[in-house]
Amino acid sequence: MRTLLILLRKEFILFWKNKFIPKVAFIFPCVVILIIPLVTTMDVRHVGVAIVSHDNSRLTQNIITDLGATSFFTVSRSGSYADAMEMVKDGDVDVIVEIPKDFQRSVESGNPIMPHISANGVNGTKGSLGSGYVAGSVMNTVARFRGIKPEEKASVRYLYNPTLEYRNNMIPALMIMLLIMICGFLPALNLVGEKESGTIEQMNVTPVNTTVFVLSKVIPYWIIGLLDLTAAMLIAAAVYGLVPVGALAAIYVAAALFIILISGIGIVIANRSETMSQSMFLMFFIVLVFVLMSGLLTPISSMPHWAQAITYALPPRYFIEIMRSVYLKGTDMSALGMQYILLAFFAVLTNTVAALTYRKQQ
Amino acid sequence: MDSFAIHTEGITKSFGALKALDSVSLDVARGEIFGLIGPDGAGKTTLFRILTTLMLPDEGRAEVCGFDIIGNPRAIRFRAGYMPGRFSLYPDLTVEENLRFYASLFGGRVSDNFGMVEPVYRQLEPFRNRRAGKLSGGMKQKLALCCALIHKPEILFLDEPTTGVDAVSRSEFWDILSGIKQGGMPIIVSTPYMDEASRCDRIALMNAGRILETGSLDEILSRNDMPVYAVRGENNYRTLQNLRHAAGVRDAVLFGEYIHVFAEERLSASVLAAVSGVAEVKGISPNIEDVFINIMGHGKK
Repeated sequence: MRTLLILLRKEFILFWKNKFIPKVAFIFPCVVILIIPLVTTMDVRHVGVAIVSHDNSRLTQNIITDLGATSFFTVSRSGSYADAMEMVKDGDVDVIVEIPKDFQRSVESGNPIMPHISANGVNGTKGSLGSGYVAGSVMNTVARFRGIKPEEKASVRYLYNPTLEYRNNMIPALMIMLLIMICGFLPALNLVGEKESGTIEQMNVTPVNTTVFVLSKVIPYWIIGLLDLTAAMLIAAAVYGLVPVGALAAIYVAAALFIILISGIGIVIANRSETMSQSMFLMFFIVLVFVLMSGLLTPISSMPHWAQAITYALPPRYFIEIMRSVYLKGTDMSALGMQYILLAFFAVLTNTVAALTYRKQQ
Repeated sequence: MDSFAIHTEGITKSFGALKALDSVSLDVARGEIFGLIGPDGAGKTTLFRILTTLMLPDEGRAEVCGFDIIGNPRAIRFRAGYMPGRFSLYPDLTVEENLRFYASLFGGRVSDNFGMVEPVYRQLEPFRNRRAGKLSGGMKQKLALCCALIHKPEILFLDEPTTGVDAVSRSEFWDILSGIKQGGMPIIVSTPYMDEASRCDRIALMNAGRILETGSLDEILSRNDMPVYAVRGENNYRTLQNLRHAAGVRDAVLFGEYIHVFAEERLSASVLAAVSGVAEVKGISPNIEDVFINIMGHGKK
C-alpha cells in the first residue's frame, strides 16, 4: 500500500511534467462533447428544393408558400428542369418539384396530374427523407385547395427522444468513446513508454510487486476518466440540456466497471508490445471494432445475425445499453442487472489476463 | 557456498539460433571488484540480466548473495543494486526526485544510506533540481550509481558504466568504485575497455558467450606468458602482411604505431628483423589485450 502511494506520487509528478498528456486529458472531453454532436447529425435540415413551374396558378403559389413555411426547406425557383439539374450538380438543391402545365385546372376538374418530384440519391438519407417531406407538404396543399381534409395517416410518436434528436443518442456514446481513449489508450502508452525508455528495467529489479506497479499505471487514468466523464456530463447538461433521467449512481457504477475493464485491455496490449507504435496500432484496431460494432453509432438490431452474435463479446455493448437506458429512459439499476454483471465479468477477465501476461522476467 | 557473492554453474541462454551464453560458470567473492571484460556481443549484458533476475537462463543455475535466481528472485531484488548499461532513470524527474523515489521504493529515506553515496552526490548537488534527462553523460552515470546504491544493497551490478564516458570521468568513476569497495561490498562490473582490468581485483575474459579466462590480472598474464615482440615497420600494413606469413609467427596485430607479434618459442628477434619491411624489433611482456587477442585466436583455431 505504501509502495503504491509512492508509485502513484511519481506517476502524478510525471503526468504534470508531461507537456502533452495533461492537455489531451482535459481538452479532449471538451472538444468531443462540444463539437462532435453538432457535426455528426443525421437529422435532415435545410433540404434545397427547386420548383420548376409550368403552371402560374394560385395553387402553385400555395405550394411554394407552404414549402417555404418550414425550416426544413430552402425553396428556390428555376426556369427549366435542366437549370434545376445544374443546381443539383452544384449541390445547392436536393429535391426538384416539377409542376405540370394546367396543374390547377386538372385539380379543379377532379382528375389531377400530380407534380413530378425527383431527389438526389447521393446523400441517401437527405434525398429520401427530403423527398418524402416535400411530397407530404404538396399533398397537404392540394387537399386544402380542394377543400377536403388531408388523408389521416398513422401518427408516430418517438418515445424517450420526442424530437428524435440524433444528438441525444450520440452523447452517451461519445462519453464512452472518451473513456475508451483516456482509460484504455493512455495507460497502455504510459507502460510501453517505460519499456521504450528502459525505465521499466530499473523498476523490474526492485522488489515492487507487479500488481502494485500495474495499479500505479491505471489508477491515475481511472481518476482522470471519471473527472472527464463528469465534465462531459456537465457540458451536455449546460449546452444541450441533456440531463440523465435516471440515477447518477447508475451511470457512475457502470463507468467505474467499464474503465477498469478497458484499462485491463490497455495493459494486456502493453504487455504484448515492445514499442508505442505497436501498441497504438493494436489499440486502434480494437477501438475501431468497439466503436463500429458495439452499437455506439449504429443499432445492433440492424446488423446481420452473425455480427449481432459477435457483439455479445464486446463489453462496450453493455455499457452503451446502460448509458442510453439510464440517460434517456431513466431505467432503474435493478432492471439492468445483467448488463452490470457482464461488465463486471469482463472487468475481472481483462485484468486477470493483464496480470498473467505481465512478466518481470523474460 | 556462502563465501561467494555470486556463484554460477553452466548458465546457458540462446536467442533463437544465437547462443548468447554458453555454459558460463564463475564465482565472485565477497568484497571484491570483479570485472567482466569482453567486446560488444560477448554476452556480458545477458549475464547481468540473468543475475539481476530480469531474464531466466535456459540451463544452469546461479546464486546471488546465497539466493537462487530462479527460486527466490525477490530476495535478490531486495539486495542487489543494478545500474543498466542504458540510462534507465526517469528522465523527467529531477536528480533529487529520482534519488528520493528509489530510496522510498525500498522503504527507506535518502538520509538512511547517504554516507555511501555522499562522495558521488556532492558532485551532483549543484544540479539537484535539474531533470535527469538533461544531465551530461558523466553526471547521468553518477546519478544512476547513486540510485543503485541508495537502498544499501549487498551487491552492486554495473553494466558497462564507463562506456561513452570521457577518460577523466572514467578514471574518477573507478576511484569512486574503489571507495565503495572499502565498505566491503562486492561489485561486478562489465566493460569493453581492457585497460580497466587493472582496476579490478579479479577479471573474467569473455567472448562469444564463453568465459575464456578467470583470475587476477597478474595471474592471467603469467599464465599466458609468451614471447611477444613489438615491431615497427616502414609501411605497417605491408609489413603486417609479411609478418603474418613469416615462419614461427602465430599472429600479428597492429597496436598503435607498433605491430605486436605473437611468436612461437623458436622464433628469435633476429629472425623477425630479417622479415622484409621491418625497421625495429623489441621483446616485450604481453599486456592484457595481447593475451585476450591471443586466446581469442586460439578459440577460432
